Amino acid sequence: MADAVHIPDEAETRARWGAFAWTAENAEQAKKVIARYPAGRQQSAVMPLLDLAQRQVGAETQTQGWLPVPVMEYIADQLEMPYMRVYEVATFYTMYNLAPVGRYHVQVCGTTPCMLRGSDDVFSACKNKGLVKGGTTPDGLFTLTEVECLGACANAPMVQINDDNFEDLTYDSMSAILDDLAAGKQPKIGPQIDRQTSCPEGGPTTLKDMVNENHDYRGEWA
Amino acid sequence: MSDVIAPLSDKDRIFTNVYGFQDWGIDAAMKRGDWDNTKALLEIGQDDIIERIKASGLRGRGGAGFPTGMKWSFMPKESRDGRPSFLVINADESEPGSCKDREIIRHDPHKLIEGALVAGFAMRARAAYIYIRGEFIYEAKVLFAAVEQAYEKGFLGKNACGSGYDFDVFVHRGAGAYICGEETAQIESLEGKKGQPRLKPPFPAGAGLYGCPTTVNNVESIAVAPTILRRGSEWFSSFGRENNKGTKLFQISGHVNKPCVVEESMGISFKELIDRHCGGIRGGWDNLLAVIPGGSSVPLVPAKEIMDAPMDFDGLRALGSGLGTAAVIVMDKSTDIVRAISRLSYFYKHESCGQCTPCREGTGWMWRVMERLRTGDADQSEIDMLFQVTKQVEGHTICALGDAAAWPIQGLIRHFRPEIERRINENKGSAPVMEAAE
Repeated sequence: MADAVHIPDEAETRARWGAFAWTAENAEQAKKVIARYPAGRQQSAVMPLLDLAQRQVGAETQTQGWLPVPVMEYIADQLEMPYMRVYEVATFYTMYNLAPVGRYHVQVCGTTPCMLRGSDDVFSACKNKGLVKGGTTPDGLFTLTEVECLGACANAPMVQINDDNFEDLTYDSMSAILDDLAAGKQPKIGPQIDRQTSCPEGGPTTLKDMVNENHDYRGEWA
Repeated sequence: MSDVIAPLSDKDRIFTNVYGFQDWGIDAAMKRGDWDNTKALLEIGQDDIIERIKASGLRGRGGAGFPTGMKWSFMPKESRDGRPSFLVINADESEPGSCKDREIIRHDPHKLIEGALVAGFAMRARAAYIYIRGEFIYEAKVLFAAVEQAYEKGFLGKNACGSGYDFDVFVHRGAGAYICGEETAQIESLEGKKGQPRLKPPFPAGAGLYGCPTTVNNVESIAVAPTILRRGSEWFSSFGRENNKGTKLFQISGHVNKPCVVEESMGISFKELIDRHCGGIRGGWDNLLAVIPGGSSVPLVPAKEIMDAPMDFDGLRALGSGLGTAAVIVMDKSTDIVRAISRLSYFYKHESCGQCTPCREGTGWMWRVMERLRTGDADQSEIDMLFQVTKQVEGHTICALGDAAAWPIQGLIRHFRPEIERRINENKGSAPVMEAAE
């Protein structure tokens, strides 16, 4: 478990996050989330609530957010489940950060389909900008993580930075994205080459009628 | 060889907005034919819907290829003890190479939601939970909004589509765990626990989500159902070969000139699929090394065997591989094939849930040996040892993740053993052993 995250000191965490409570807006959202599941099955809401809490922590710290222990305890109380059951969930799923991360969490996919299309170059671009795998840059701006397949393989290689996907990357386009973010600019989301989503580059080989109009093919059904 | 498969024409494509050139919203979707008198589809009747899906020959699109209609028929026809039934829709698309459910959800979500109603009605479910992988953040936003649109129009909820049937659809976001694509792990995760697969039996159709009868179906299997009912079982079964019917979203990644997602007829030959939609192999057909035809879990197939192979369940099984999710990963001769497979071994090591010892320990062990084979820092005998260990992991775990970790390595050793041996020999600084006399 050499690559396991270092969980921050508990006393410090308690001092900072001991008084965590939902914002008014998130308290409403939490109620809505719990209502999705049958009565008595509120434990099902633990995953969405952890996500919501991580986002609230993120908003307060100007980062992607993470899950301090007192925050998990707060959720355990609300859902009337043992803290350990919440902790188990938080440690099992990779999207919950157990330690603070930077303003931008740069998650580069390194699995085979991306590797074949050049994720090594994407990592090189990150390295060249001072990003280190598993670490946060000294200015607190970027945390770099190598993640497993993010399900955009026809647009490989790709990176997910906080909530946004950037696809069809090269060394240069990845460098430009990091530059933009560092300069406080919003880079273009999605494919970084001239391409519509997962359509073949240069235009579709099928369904060409759809490009310019919302074509209804029912008239052609035999 | 394979039967000749006619090219699929646009009018027979189900996912017409797959590239998102047009709006995903409900009004645009209705103009394309979704939610068109869904009430009439429900009036076909629960058992007849299942019969028609059976007759269409639809096999599950999530990888295993189990007949969808038959799966639905396992659900209880009436509740004897008051327990409701649930439909769980598996949108935890995490298999390396797969990226089709993403396109359905972000560009044609109403096909999925209408399918959820039709399928849920047929199997007498009270509600559907769509389990979408956590990393699909934008896609989940679209899905939440699309479900809300369907409620506003009265297509879901009480008296859905005016049918007299009450049906709810909920969206549940995952948080980054490949294993939650396994149906019982997904149910555990939905219940707010770690996603560790359950022992079967009991099967989900007997005791699944919250202990209630549950069917777990892939997004694509559910999303094609309304179109099959509208156009008829015979229409759907007119595509593809016997036992491998219908149309399918293929996802081509890796070393082709134009990677893409495209809907084609099942059984299309590999060469035709690549030439027609992907602009051929990078560097030409002579540059093709190997293909993983169905997502990371299936063994690779060398170039000369895959060329004319029909891309369907049985056609690829005959090559010792499988269709899986039809995630075609293409590798040309520039590929470090041992590294490509070793990276998959790392993936399975990372994603093993840790419940069963052969998988928890085996995936790490196999990856470490694969890394040494990659650099050649190994002994020839370790190739056989690795093969043997994959055989000991395979079939000895609760779920199929152990198998999925073993198969790519077995495929590599089966087809590229000389390459592994070459690396070991070169690393030792000695020329390969020559058996034959000069």
